[in-house]
Amino acid sequence: MTRYSFGGDEHIFVEVEEEMSLDAFFKSLSMTNAVRDSKIRGVTEICPANASFQIRFDPDVIKPADMLAELKRLESAPSASDGTLATRIIEIPVYYNDPWTHETLMRFRERHQDPAGTDLDYAARINGYGDVDAFVAAHSGAPWFVSMVGFVAGLPFMYQMVERKKQIEVPKYLRPRTDTPKLTVGHGGCFGCIYSVRGAGGYQMFGITPMPIYDPKQETSYLRDFMIFFKPGDIVKFKPVDRDAYDAAVEDVEAGRFNPPIHRVSFSLEAFHADPAATNAKLLKVLHGA
Amino acid sequence: MALEILKPGLSTTVQDHGRPGYYHLGIPESGAMDRLSLTAANLLVGNEPGAAGLEAVFQGPEIRFQRDALVAVCGAEMPPKVDGIEQAGWTSFPVQSGQVLSFGFLKSGARAYIGISGGIDVPMVLGSRSTYPLGALGGFEGRPLKSGDRVPLALPRGGARPGRSVAPELRRMPGKAPELRVLPGLYWHRVTEEAGRNFFDDVWKVAPEADRIGYRFRGGRALDFVPRKQPFGAGSDPSNIVDSCYPYGSIQVPGGTEPIILHRDAVSGGGYFMVGAVISADMDLIGQLQPHQPTRFVKVEMEAALRARGDRSALLARLGESLS
Repeated sequence: MTRYSFGGDEHIFVEVEEEMSLDAFFKSLSMTNAVRDSKIRGVTEICPANASFQIRFDPDVIKPADMLAELKRLESAPSASDGTLATRIIEIPVYYNDPWTHETLMRFRERHQDPAGTDLDYAARINGYGDVDAFVAAHSGAPWFVSMVGFVAGLPFMYQMVERKKQIEVPKYLRPRTDTPKLTVGHGGCFGCIYSVRGAGGYQMFGITPMPIYDPKQETSYLRDFMIFFKPGDIVKFKPVDRDAYDAAVEDVEAGRFNPPIHRVSFSLEAFHADPAATNAKLLKVLHGA
Repeated sequence: MALEILKPGLSTTVQDHGRPGYYHLGIPESGAMDRLSLTAANLLVGNEPGAAGLEAVFQGPEIRFQRDALVAVCGAEMPPKVDGIEQAGWTSFPVQSGQVLSFGFLKSGARAYIGISGGIDVPMVLGSRSTYPLGALGGFEGRPLKSGDRVPLALPRGGARPGRSVAPELRRMPGKAPELRVLPGLYWHRVTEEAGRNFFDDVWKVAPEADRIGYRFRGGRALDFVPRKQPFGAGSDPSNIVDSCYPYGSIQVPGGTEPIILHRDAVSGGGYFMVGAVISADMDLIGQLQPHQPTRFVKVEMEAALRARGDRSALLARLGESLS
């Protein structure tokens, strides 16, 4: 049941569902699109999140009660979304179990649930995988939806496109770290993320990508148009790479030669629910040009 | 045509009225924490209300001017000095090329706003000159000032004169017993009725972890939660939610123990529940709270929040008229 609440006198917070699901994310995304299209006077920011969204408005232009009524009207309007999405799929290289996140996780070991192992060992074990390789295969096997961009500039929250029983779930660190390497691939709750900048963090750390996703100087070849790479609705597929491939990619990024594989795709929620594996296989086929 | 930074102070950043429009990508609006004080400093020196000035927290910088300028310092009481000679706060004064602007010790408030005729002329990034240090974005090279920086100034519009002051009744500071008005909401239903009462009854103290991202408070009773089975994806702690957006001014209470009010450099979202949000009219005051300052949260409804917003707008209008 959709729940509306004011956040002070300038925000309306809309919780589509309490729990995370692809359906809740789709409804949140379609409602934020409907708000954008409706061009309600006084709306200043439209922020989609995983299973909720937030509207910022100017109460000098539109009364809070009127803003609320507009949103409820949009929700009850004939569905703005037919459950399909024209989007893009991007392949992102990940060097799992890399030396930099390893050094960091050892430095903060006393803040972790399992000080004896690594974050990967722990995540593999509590999610029922025989070893880290099997866990990495699952993490990089099925694609992920970018369900929210935020926390800090350009950081994607990602929800894996698998049935709920296959979702990877891990707790956050017992106490947050004060340091996380830039471009760490992390996981907390049911969400994956890529840390866009170096800084504090509480997610488990699995690896690192050589691919910058935020560049305020806009020098990275594919970030010249805009400094942030991701937007909600993007589909991500991780590709495990070794040290040599990682180093080569870093060199390519610095030389302005790195171009992530990106392809246009259309996604249907109904088709996904009917057969997740087949839907994902079709997406990956587009990515690999088959 | 610049400012030469001799000493940067504790953390001095270029700020204007902010960079709204990119919060959905995790870029906060930034800008002066105390917008009213920056506006006053700008008007005193003949700038547009939202021109870029300097925000100095707890300790002032030391700056050699490379051209003549009109300067005003508003907000925190931290006496400005020109070549060692003290100047009045909330008042415009001249600084000549070669002279040094410095500051005495902080007496009250937390952030001083330095308005300089012409304004700071760093490049506009996404529509603003404000500094967002966490994202290395905007301001002077995306960071607080350092010794040796040369900060460019724009040409003044002229027309302003030294010796003009903001009347005391048009200055707004939190005072000795600050109260922040809060509209309960968001995930307010997660705490018990008793915890909700305690939250507003208790006196909280500003914690040392108080910055442009958020202000943390301590000293009140921990909040008890209404029991529930945690929703899928939320995490196991009762204070966890499925990661959502965080409104500016929203008050999250991780683990139910220490409230954090998100401010101009807010993290845009995350997985902690919120009890509500500080009303827009009181956001400026938070930027002037010092660590250890006892503070009360006062429960208000929307009508009162909108009246307070109207009062703040009226104050701004009177400020503008008095200095036009």
